[in-house]
Amino acid sequence: MTAVVATNETILVVGGGISGMTAALEAAETGKRVVLVEKRPYLGGRVSQLYKYFPKLCFPTCGLEINQRRAKQNPNLTILTMAEVTGLAGDKGNYRATVKLSPRYVNANCTACGDCATAVTAQFDDEYNYGLGKRKGAYLPYRMAHPARYVLDPAIIGTPDAERAKAACRYDAIDLEMQEETIDFPCGAVIWATGWKPYDAAKIQPYGYDRFANVITSVEFERMADPTGPTGGKLVRPSDGKEAKQVAFIQCAGSRDRNHLLHCSRICCMASFKQCTYVIDAFGADARINVYYIDLRAIDRFEDFYQKVRANQNIKFIKSKPASITQDKDGSPVVHGVDTEGYQRFAEPHDLVVLAIGMEPAVDPASFPVPIVLNREGFIEAASANGGVFAAGGAADALDVNRAVQHATGAALRAIQVVNSVARAEV
Amino acid sequence: MAAEKKLAGYICTGCGIGERLDAKQLQAVATREGKLPSVKQHPMLCGAEGVKLIQDDIDAGNATHIMIAACSRRSKVEAFSFPTVAMSRANLREGVIWSRPAGDAHQETTQEMADDYIRMAAAEIKFMTVPESSGEQELNKTLLVVGGGMTGMTAAVEAAKAGYPVHLVCDEPVLGGVWKDLYKRVPFRAAAFDVPGGNDVDLPQPEDPGLDDLIEQVMANGRITVHLNAKITKTSGAPGRFSADISVDSGRTLTENFGAIVQATDYKPYDANQLPEFAYGTTPDVLTNFEFERLAKQANGAVIKRPSDGREVKSVAFIQCAGQRSSNAGHLPYCSGFCCTESIKQAMYFKAQNPGCDATILFDDLRTPGAAGEDFYRSGQQAMVTFTKGQASAVVAADGDLRVKFKDLILNEDTEMVCDLVVLATGQVPNTGPDPYAQLAVDEAPTEEEKAAARAALAVAPPSILNLDYRQGTDLPHLKHGFVDSHFICFPYETRRTGIYAAGPVRRPMDLKQAMDDAVGATMKAIQSLENAARGSAAHPRVGDLSYPRFRKEGCTQCKRCTVECPFGAINEDEQRYPQFNESRCRRCGTCMGACPVRVISFDNYSVDTVGQQLKAVDVPDEFSEKPRILCLACENDAYPALDMAAQSGEHITPFVRVIPVRCLGSVSLSWVTDALNSGYDGIVLMGCRRDDDYQCHFVRGSAMAAERLSKVGDTLTQLNLETERVAVHEVAITDLKRAPAILNEMAETITRIGMSPFKF
Repeated sequence: MTAVVATNETILVVGGGISGMTAALEAAETGKRVVLVEKRPYLGGRVSQLYKYFPKLCFPTCGLEINQRRAKQNPNLTILTMAEVTGLAGDKGNYRATVKLSPRYVNANCTACGDCATAVTAQFDDEYNYGLGKRKGAYLPYRMAHPARYVLDPAIIGTPDAERAKAACRYDAIDLEMQEETIDFPCGAVIWATGWKPYDAAKIQPYGYDRFANVITSVEFERMADPTGPTGGKLVRPSDGKEAKQVAFIQCAGSRDRNHLLHCSRICCMASFKQCTYVIDAFGADARINVYYIDLRAIDRFEDFYQKVRANQNIKFIKSKPASITQDKDGSPVVHGVDTEGYQRFAEPHDLVVLAIGMEPAVDPASFPVPIVLNREGFIEAASANGGVFAAGGAADALDVNRAVQHATGAALRAIQVVNSVARAEV
Repeated sequence: MAAEKKLAGYICTGCGIGERLDAKQLQAVATREGKLPSVKQHPMLCGAEGVKLIQDDIDAGNATHIMIAACSRRSKVEAFSFPTVAMSRANLREGVIWSRPAGDAHQETTQEMADDYIRMAAAEIKFMTVPESSGEQELNKTLLVVGGGMTGMTAAVEAAKAGYPVHLVCDEPVLGGVWKDLYKRVPFRAAAFDVPGGNDVDLPQPEDPGLDDLIEQVMANGRITVHLNAKITKTSGAPGRFSADISVDSGRTLTENFGAIVQATDYKPYDANQLPEFAYGTTPDVLTNFEFERLAKQANGAVIKRPSDGREVKSVAFIQCAGQRSSNAGHLPYCSGFCCTESIKQAMYFKAQNPGCDATILFDDLRTPGAAGEDFYRSGQQAMVTFTKGQASAVVAADGDLRVKFKDLILNEDTEMVCDLVVLATGQVPNTGPDPYAQLAVDEAPTEEEKAAARAALAVAPPSILNLDYRQGTDLPHLKHGFVDSHFICFPYETRRTGIYAAGPVRRPMDLKQAMDDAVGATMKAIQSLENAARGSAAHPRVGDLSYPRFRKEGCTQCKRCTVECPFGAINEDEQRYPQFNESRCRRCGTCMGACPVRVISFDNYSVDTVGQQLKAVDVPDEFSEKPRILCLACENDAYPALDMAAQSGEHITPFVRVIPVRCLGSVSLSWVTDALNSGYDGIVLMGCRRDDDYQCHFVRGSAMAAERLSKVGDTLTQLNLETERVAVHEVAITDLKRAPAILNEMAETITRIGMSPFKF
């Protein structure tokens, strides 16, 4: 049985992506007890799946390394992975949280040596790579995963693969009898940092994401650009593996759209500019890029980066929300629409189309454990009716990483205000 | 304190270490050469039994300084957590067996590598002590908030809610700052969730700015002391013990002590006199967005009249990006982020009063991000505000009308519109003090000419806000365009002056909602900083580290390198020009230690000796052995993890390299380089983080400082009659899984080419 030491002065953080990690670490480093609950088997969330950050073009794993080190060393922080909050009873300052822990089938003895992965044979779509590659049935989700502990896919339990994994482990780390368990513990305040999910691109019917192999999403392109990703960092057409030198980026794919997400997802313009640099870095003068946009939203200091990208002659910016995508006989996606600056019709073939996909809040109102104030787009609004539950990062708005971190830092203070008043902390 | 040192070594033989390496030999090296009186082996040291083996020795008083030879110091951190003892770790898994191919042909050199790592860790542990804070700390829970605008007031209120007293210093006679002229504010929320009637009902409208309410909260809060008409004339000290002189108009100055500081001085409106092309200054009917807001506030819902003749405004044009997003002289290169929604709000003032009023927003890119932003844009469209994609080039006043000339970007033609009033959407200029490095540039300039240039640059700098009594200048360092900031992606609040946090538009341009949100985060960091200072613990990124720079005053030559190079301006100079370290300002990067030419600065758990003794402990074979030795000093934040992960992915490295992690390349003492060369190392590779404008150094300037220092190593090599290729400095990122090993392998090839060092003994 997993034991969690907690009181009503403990802060519960739900979600271990960049926002949840930040909120948890900032509170823990202020001396508060924190329990961090993450659904995936590892921390880092979507940030761990990014190749580079805009506008510095630096690597998310660099900051993640620091955050993971902070997490490993902090005695105030308890991390539960493969865990989901299923219930929250009580009020601000006095909650009781129920958490469901899914079996990992690997215990703390794991040294991450990798022998179990070598031993098993079955392969599965790799969710870390958005299904672009395969992983084994015993796997470390990605190289820098924290906790650095392997996971067995539940699908291999009861198959010979499970026995092979167990036999290969020299440290008695594989426990095939591990069961789902439900625990509960008290907490005074809750930080809800479940982040966002990419909008389902298949719903944007005219763009043919589900029909054309060479129409992919921005999050998939990010995995493709990563040298440790499914293509080894090569930018290729999924249909035939040929180099993708002529690339279209379609902005507001699912965002600012009455049929899809109403809101502007904020990050997509900058993310596409960043991804333009991947294409330029890969193919130099041979790169041909078209960016189709409604408005280019390089807010505040990000303008510098936009101007730098804009200066590249191989990148064209076309004010247009494309009407549709078709496929020509070579499997090249053809983007159709009207350039509204001058009203010219176009039908442009490309090697690859990248949909700058919108951010949908990963907040499910139906299963939310307490009544919560949401806005029309489904993000959590700050409201006193939410009691001691405070949203952080992508659960509160479409935010880029630095704004999510900023927001999550503030959420930590909101939670501390509650637990300090519980403790009657006097000056 | 001065209890007897009990050294103990623990060797793990798990994860293939026992199969790939001769554990008896490792044990013998640890005992005989490492001189560890107790050395134990375990097949799975990180398991409960292995950990207990170590803990029992500690509990029995048999181990005060432990050497763990197992996996990388990045692995199994939670298992190998023994906070009461000093600990070194020999990286036999990632560093040796995973970095080397298996097989007899490689066995000898791989074993030698492991033997050396045992020698090194055994040498290191002898020079480490468990850090203890100086014991001089006290908890001071009071915050100083500088700036009486909405940002500063929010910081004060939120800190008070958490139980922390605040002194709020406002340089004006009333609170509110740049926000006090707001008639209404851009709505803080997106449209509500469950409203019947579809997506277009109940869209957010301009709302009460909330200023009076916030002022009331501030004034009524017993934990908040407000100083009006006040300025900070001097700030000294460090987190936990800041002292600030607050001077008020009457000439009175009071001195208060604080635990931490929030600077929330907001922005200054852009000076539109630099926009003559838009007829600003030639007719009162061309206003900035800031001026127009005052006009709207005065009208207070009544008809908005033209300043020139009092005629009701029936048509108005808003020119977006006025003096912004432009490389022209006097313009702001950045986007101020708040002006699009601000103009929509102002256009809606007209529409609310007279739906027939023609309100047009001329924009290039309309930037209304997020849920609330886009909802408000739709709200503006619903109110029939006209949005025209066009670039304004001129405003001409003629016959009582204003003609706005612009290029219509949709119709792709030059055209013009006639209107009664023009509002220029001008930007925010950060209200920050002078950049301390502009101040230091005057001191540091080598020639009179350069000094004069530095002085001229400083002459146009804004007046100081904090008046820090710091060796490195009076205010927070700037990052770009006058905004203060550092690691603005991962760690946006980490300013380069510990315990002083910037909030709101001093960090980046932003609207009111963001500024108020930002104040909450900055207040969080300020509270954390004073709590950590009270514990003697470092601030980010080494929270929990109780070590601090210790200094042997007798040896100090008052050369000032440490006070100049500290990336955080933590070190002052006393009257005799000796350094004063201000431990709670220190971030423990060790740049001062690396800067010190006479090696008098050290940390309990990291010093010239802890590294120097490691490199001396390595067995250096003779010149004819064909076994060169390469020293690699790798930044523990990026390069060292990259090497670990390279090993994890099966990349191999030369068996002749010995890698020592350092806190920051800035902490590298040149003595390590010269010692290594003198002890017969054949090559030295230094790996630090990127150091240009887009720096990735976690200590901001550490890597850059190191590179500057090391640029002079060539002279040392020449003096020693050695080839300059023997020392190489590289920027290495955490993702360089192929490149980092390749750099080491290239150095091995270089040595093969140029030959072994003649300095072997």
